[in-house]
Amino acid sequence: MYIIVVGGGKVGYYLTKALLDEGHEALVLEKNPDRVDVICNELGSVCLRGDGCEPAVLEGAGVGRADMLIAVTGDDEDNLVSCQVAKHMFNVPRTIARISNPRNETIFKKLGIDNTISSTRVILEYIQEEVPTHPLTHLLSIRDSGLEIVGVKIPPDSVIVGRAVKDIPLPPGSVLSLIIGKDRAPHVPTASTIIQAEDQIIAVTPPESEGALQAALRGA
Amino acid sequence: MKKIVIMGCGRVGAKLAQLLDADGHQVTVLDINDYSFRRLLPPEFKGTALLGDGTDEGVLRQAGIEEADTFVAITQGDNRNIMAAQIAKHVFKVPKVVLRIYDPARRELYSKLGLEAFSPTTIFAQMLKEKIEG
Repeated sequence: MYIIVVGGGKVGYYLTKALLDEGHEALVLEKNPDRVDVICNELGSVCLRGDGCEPAVLEGAGVGRADMLIAVTGDDEDNLVSCQVAKHMFNVPRTIARISNPRNETIFKKLGIDNTISSTRVILEYIQEEVPTHPLTHLLSIRDSGLEIVGVKIPPDSVIVGRAVKDIPLPPGSVLSLIIGKDRAPHVPTASTIIQAEDQIIAVTPPESEGALQAALRGA
Repeated sequence: MKKIVIMGCGRVGAKLAQLLDADGHQVTVLDINDYSFRRLLPPEFKGTALLGDGTDEGVLRQAGIEEADTFVAITQGDNRNIMAAQIAKHVFKVPKVVLRIYDPARRELYSKLGLEAFSPTTIFAQMLKEKIEG
């Protein structure tokens, strides 16, 4: 495939290197002449100086026969425009834009970009997978009493899902004071309140029982 | 009276804001640099100056884009203007969207794609040419 990469920063450089290693024909467009020199010295004559958003520059890069254009500059708006110019002026079959602001993912889709890659989103998803739910969070210390108010989100696989509050073995001194359900409505729990998955529990606890409380609620 | 959001408080953006404000419109001006707002001198300017990036959907909401009648993208960056204008038009369905694109080639493309875009490069060059040729 002939692939045009817009932006010769770190992402553009390593992407191009990988594409070349895989046997593709790749060309980088980069505005900064120093970066152009670096890339040409290290990868061969695969970098052209120019703004990858300008139709004339893209034309000079042979965009008409490109199978794909990947815009990986650090600026979302530049990546958007580069992809749109490639797509609408030169009928490049496939365009991919790197984005930093995760909100732009849906916007770019609406504006006709085939694919977006958000490093912010990738990292977030990884964290959410590794840590399936937020751990216990400190909300407030109640002055003089030595007690803390904490929030815990109940993961779907917690052992207490479906159990009544009275059947949860809470550590001494800990009290569940409020439950916020998926509907975002707050309820004061009674002994018979059943815990649901994704419930947000606000509890009062002495700091030394925090670990035990978290274990009791999240089923660790 | 129209609700107008202007992105970019440079010379042109600020001048436009003042003209529209003087005509009694409700004007909000966005810029990423608060130093730019020095161009909007009270008490003459009675509109709103908002610090933020107009290519960010959240900032546009804050600027009142959902109720706006008109959105103007007039920053120094063609691509920023293009992106913000498209968000205003396609995401927020603002009835009237106008923008500046310096690059004539990009102006041509985005006009074809339905944006009301002006290229000062073309307009000014044409004007000078007419002056020179008489």
